[in-house]
Amino acid sequence: MKKQLVIGSLFLLGLTLLAGCGQQKTTSSTENTTKSTKVIAVGSTALQPLVEEAAKKFQTDHPKTSINVQGGGSGTGLSQVAQGAVTIGNSDIFAEASQGIDAKKIVDHQVAVVGMAPVVNPDTKVKNVSLAQLKQIFTGKITNWRELGGKDEKIVVVNRAAGSGTRATFEASVLKGAQAVKSQEQDSNGTVQQIVKSTPGAISYLAFSYFKSGIQPLAVDGVQPTAKNVATNRWQIWSYEHMYTQKKITSTTQKFIKYIQSSRFQDTIVKKLGYISIHDMEVVKDAHNQVSEK
Amino acid sequence: MNLVELKSPSKEIRQDHWGKILCYAATGVLLLLLLTMMYFVFSKGIRTFTVDGVKVWKFLTTSQWEPTSTTPKVGALALISTSFLTTILAAVIAAPIAIIIAIYVVVIDTKIGTKLIQPIVELLLGIPSVVYGFVGLTMLVPLIRRSFGGTGFGILAGMLILALMILPTITSLAIESLRGVDRSYWNFAYTLGGTTWQVITHVILKIAAPNLIIAVIYGIARAFGEALAVQMVIGNTIQMPINLLTPTATLTSKLTTDIGNTVAGTLANDALWSLALILLLMSLAFNLIAKRFAKRRVKS
Repeated sequence: MKKQLVIGSLFLLGLTLLAGCGQQKTTSSTENTTKSTKVIAVGSTALQPLVEEAAKKFQTDHPKTSINVQGGGSGTGLSQVAQGAVTIGNSDIFAEASQGIDAKKIVDHQVAVVGMAPVVNPDTKVKNVSLAQLKQIFTGKITNWRELGGKDEKIVVVNRAAGSGTRATFEASVLKGAQAVKSQEQDSNGTVQQIVKSTPGAISYLAFSYFKSGIQPLAVDGVQPTAKNVATNRWQIWSYEHMYTQKKITSTTQKFIKYIQSSRFQDTIVKKLGYISIHDMEVVKDAHNQVSEK
Repeated sequence: MNLVELKSPSKEIRQDHWGKILCYAATGVLLLLLLTMMYFVFSKGIRTFTVDGVKVWKFLTTSQWEPTSTTPKVGALALISTSFLTTILAAVIAAPIAIIIAIYVVVIDTKIGTKLIQPIVELLLGIPSVVYGFVGLTMLVPLIRRSFGGTGFGILAGMLILALMILPTITSLAIESLRGVDRSYWNFAYTLGGTTWQVITHVILKIAAPNLIIAVIYGIARAFGEALAVQMVIGNTIQMPINLLTPTATLTSKLTTDIGNTVAGTLANDALWSLALILLLMSLAFNLIAKRFAKRRVKS
């Protein structure tokens, strides 16, 4: 009898807790806009180091604020900010390009530009390809490096996880709607770096900041992957790093984002961490990958 | 001592009450955790079928995984079969070695066994899986590539890493189960003129068998749920495992690769929760099987 009572009351406790969780989600969005100087930024792991650095600096200037930066991936960041569960959702991709997100509900703040380039194992002896050839490699039409003037070696395609920001950017600029060949998928830059370095015939793509000895970045149509070429859009594989917020935000959140977008921060930390300053860009890109003069 | 003191409960009785409440509360938290977790994974995992309209049998029997394409397909067969295959192969490699090590520790040389081998096993148990994964990626994968060709990523690399990881788990459980065999049985067997080999095979292993099977099942359960190390070496390509060198993907590796890149409420995300649901059901199944063997042991 006593036992049943205990188990029963625990069950009730559990149910009320569960109910509480559900309720919190719906009300938290309004709460965030009215009180507290706490900022929570969640999402893209590619953007995480930059936001962490910014948070550290911002908090020394504004000691009363607390900024909490977490990873979780772009998808998580976007869905959390759309629900109002976090203050800022970090994302590598436009909310419009992400399935299941109502982009009209949230506001985009672009805080950096990141350039990406195809990288290969140096042993392939290929240093330049055309955009058309690149597309053929990733759709499985070209399967041997010999066809591109390199070594007689099978091409090993290493793709990024479906839905990841890096892959979305690469597919938008290179594949343009074509289906990628079935291949290995990795979700972190570090692993891709390691695999390309150690696997003969491997090709993948990485953000500029992940280039290092042992992997060969490819020039596309003779254009080298450099920050300068990204600024003029001669190098076309690049994307923005976004910080999405709800429409109504606290002054602290606004100040924090303004701080990241300031020239002072862009010219120092952003460049130091291997991103490209938004102020250097001579062109703008919209959510549908259309580029126009600034 | 006056009457009031006698009527109210003594300090010791109150202590007793508090102790009980504390125990109930702690157990309650555990129960609550389990229930909420099950509820969470179930409610999210069945959305693929209830909300997105994917048929269960199709989910289980096809192997096309393109949740974000214009004609979305989610079939988990390749993932499920790879998970089972790598796990079982890993257990086939690890279990005999583990049991032999346990025999050495408990029967052959107790001194070196307890002073040297057992600490090593415990040390191996504590190594985080990402370290195993990194060793696999930097040493095992290139080795397989050089010896057998291909890219080196695939089931072979996955099962070897898993075997390495569950070896200490099974070994330490096997040591405990062999120690659990009553000494008097050994002594009887020796008195009857049995050699050490006979004592081991006819007495110790026979008595400890149900416990050894439980040890192997726990090893399998661990291998089945292991994500990070496998993800680093298996190649993460969703295709049916045709041979040991095909790069492929397991339930867990797919989950770790994709979960952060999907948006809650979309098919891509729901389908991953369905994979998590399969994992949860499988670990429940492993536990139930282990329980069955535990019961059989009590009967005998």
